[in-house]
Amino acid sequence: MLHVTLQQGGASINPNNVRLRINGSEVAVPEGTTILKAAALNGVEIPTLCEIEGLTPYGGCRLCIVEVSGTSKLFPACTTPAAQGMEVTTQSPKLYEYRKMVLQTLLAERTHICAVCVANEHCELQANANNHGVDHVMYERNWSCESIDSSHEFLVIDRNRCILCTRCIRVCDQIEGAHTLDLKFRSKSTNVIMDQDQNWGQAMSCTSCRKCAKVCPVGAIYIENENIEFTKDRDIAAFLSKRRRRSR
Amino acid sequence: MKQLKLDDLNKIVDQELEFGQAYNYRINVCCSTSCVSLGSLKVLKAFEDAIKEFGVENECKVARTGCIGACSVGPTVLIEPGDYAYSNVTPEKVRQIVRDHIVLDLPIRDMLYESGTFFQKQHRLVLRNAGKIDPGRIQDYICVGGYGALCKVLTNMAPQGVINEVLASGLRGRGGAGFPTGQKWRLVARAVNTPKYIVANLDEGDPGVYANRSLAEADPHAIIEGMLIAAYAVGAEKGYIYIRSEYPLAVQTLQKALAQAKAMSLLGSNVFETPFKFDIELRLGAGAFVAGEETAILASVEGKRAMPRPRPPYPANMGLWGKPTLIQNVETLANIPLIVQNGSAWFAKTGMTKCSGTKCFSLTGKIANPGIIEVPMGMSLREVVFDIGGGVPGGKQFKAVLIGGPSGGCLPEQLLETAIDYDSLLKVGAIMGSGGIVVLDEDDCMVDTARYFTEFCVDESCGRCTPCRAGLPRMLEVFNRITHGQGELTDIGTLEKASVFIRDVSLCGLGQTAPNPVITTLRYFKNEYISHITEHKCEAGKCYTSRYNKEEPA
Ligand SMILES: Cc1cc2nc3c(=O)[nH]c(=O)nc-3n(C[C@H](O)[C@H](O)[C@H](O)COP(=O)(O)O)c2cc1C
Ligand code: SF4
Ligand code: SF4
Ligand code: FES
Repeated sequence: MLHVTLQQGGASINPNNVRLRINGSEVAVPEGTTILKAAALNGVEIPTLCEIEGLTPYGGCRLCIVEVSGTSKLFPACTTPAAQGMEVTTQSPKLYEYRKMVLQTLLAERTHICAVCVANEHCELQANANNHGVDHVMYERNWSCESIDSSHEFLVIDRNRCILCTRCIRVCDQIEGAHTLDLKFRSKSTNVIMDQDQNWGQAMSCTSCRKCAKVCPVGAIYIENENIEFTKDRDIAAFLSKRRRRSR
Repeated sequence: MKQLKLDDLNKIVDQELEFGQAYNYRINVCCSTSCVSLGSLKVLKAFEDAIKEFGVENECKVARTGCIGACSVGPTVLIEPGDYAYSNVTPEKVRQIVRDHIVLDLPIRDMLYESGTFFQKQHRLVLRNAGKIDPGRIQDYICVGGYGALCKVLTNMAPQGVINEVLASGLRGRGGAGFPTGQKWRLVARAVNTPKYIVANLDEGDPGVYANRSLAEADPHAIIEGMLIAAYAVGAEKGYIYIRSEYPLAVQTLQKALAQAKAMSLLGSNVFETPFKFDIELRLGAGAFVAGEETAILASVEGKRAMPRPRPPYPANMGLWGKPTLIQNVETLANIPLIVQNGSAWFAKTGMTKCSGTKCFSLTGKIANPGIIEVPMGMSLREVVFDIGGGVPGGKQFKAVLIGGPSGGCLPEQLLETAIDYDSLLKVGAIMGSGGIVVLDEDDCMVDTARYFTEFCVDESCGRCTPCRAGLPRMLEVFNRITHGQGELTDIGTLEKASVFIRDVSLCGLGQTAPNPVITTLRYFKNEYISHITEHKCEAGKCYTSRYNKEEPA
């Protein structure tokens, strides 16, 4: 997993600030701030999926890609530090098209049927797809047959809805400190597992803290018989890590 | 332990030469992986027995060496002086070779490797010692000037001077991307954090490519010396050689070489009585292709899942355990002692102005002389395929050459004049890669070839980013439809769109280059796609294209 030290954004008159342009306007942010944060601090929103504040960025979903002048390469805003003199474009027809394809690719990868999903209308994948006008999927869909595990007292994982953003893994490791969750295998077979690939009910290290369900952007991890609207809490990781930093 | 001095190196050379002069002949038996699998250890034993039988033990020395490159005709035996290369040597032929060649001094023409211009057109710098020295004896390496370059930099050059020399040589990384080596060294040297590390990349995960393995089995000390010089230049203390565990003989050879270098105090502290210290450890990989990617290799060396991460931060600033790290391919490193010994101007004379030196390749596929070759940069593909490789055997028609491994490009006949250098290859849609050239003939189907390499990349994706993990399998499904006669013309558009998306949006080099075979076959062989789709016809007879007739192909 990626470990990058990220500083909090904020101060503008600071010798350690870097100046850059985002969509044409000049902004200044402390050195080490990511493009995503720099944009947010200046009111520019970039769509994200795997990123969540308070955890180390992952750079996996590729929804947050931006253009940087002087190179044809695209960079993920959530991991790329803002640099002096950088000129960033966060919106263009090309980026829009590629983001649409990222969403279509995720929708085609496993079994996403919104109508029968616990996260319907509270799903970040669905919301992003709506925002990007995704009205069909360019590939033939792959109706996956991944396993569902409801052996835990109340936490359920339906891997057919997982987009492998690793938010649950990171929150379990970095905030809860349990590291119950991790990935197994690679490529198409990549999956979230508990402990040594045990059933969740038998995973001794799980503290049943529910943070994984709170940060899961889709309906993959959820709490049985609980309205998902109450479960989801995008700010939990940021809130806890800020509180801890202060109490230290 | 007694420290080694330059004098000691010279003493070893003198001893070895004196020792060697006693012999009129040196019989080099290739004992690298492919020849061993063809029985070269028995051949070695047969030579030892035969020279005793003929009573010529004092006249000739039998040595166990690395590969001369002609792997398809192994076991190979090289007899010096004269560099007579015998091919397909069996224990039964050994007596005759010793009797005629050694005792009667009559080389047996009929048994020599009929190679045309296989050797003449090559230019062996990196493989200078391959097949000529015993990789298991450090003295052999020292005798051909080995560790002289290390002594020179430690006693006569400042680190910056070494970097300048490498910069001036124009050497670029041989692991695929071709980043200028000197620039990378300068970046690591300038990084403020300590300690610094070096990782030598011997992962070589491309299917069918074994040039790095061959180098390690033939001349391990060239890699070690290159690493030591790099360590001095960038100020590193510790190095790792990352090698896949599927290369047991190369692992063994390197282990032995490291132990010998340690015993001579070439590794450790106070090397050549200077304050310089450096140590090297081997790290075995589990064989994932993606583990060769530079950020994945770092994770793997640290003991984590070999998963690439986004750059920046670059390893030159934040590598192993967050410290500055130099990652270099082993072939790149093996060039370093030569540059130091002979100077950058000498090195830059080989190859092209912007791309100097040579490149090793594994030449495979439908080719008369497959094997490991080394050619100057800028040589045309035609020369490699036809002059060195001897063209397509069996009177078949050449169709395409795939250069750059599983994520390389398929180039047709009309692009055979393309020069082998990073920029020219990129222009036509191929890449240098880490050294695979596969020749395809009329019996190969380009759609099936693209499908095959897409399948490889699907399996090897690490699973981190969306385009590569979830996009490549969708492309593979399209291919499977087309090769089963269920394709539609719109599939071509889907492939084009998906491949550009995966190339541009993927996180690491694997996803970014994986669509290359698809993009190039669509560019140069589109008619094959169309005939598969509209006529259910596979010219090469590889695909089961028709739902209605034809039996399943063999
Ligand atoms: C998927 C992938 C596989 C790679 N495999 C290898 C490899 O097996 N050996 C290697 O030297 N470089 C490999 N590379 C290139 C390395 O990332 C890196 O660029 C190289 O080791 C740097 O050394 P160089 O500058 O000497 O070429 C690979 C890159 C990618 C993206
Ligand atoms: S279960 Fe949810 S949070 Fe975890 S990786 Fe899958 S989608 Fe992300
Ligand atoms: S491109 Fe493929 S191998 Fe590279 S990070 Fe993405 S999923 Fe992993
Ligand atoms: S949000 Fe940046 S890559 Fe996922």
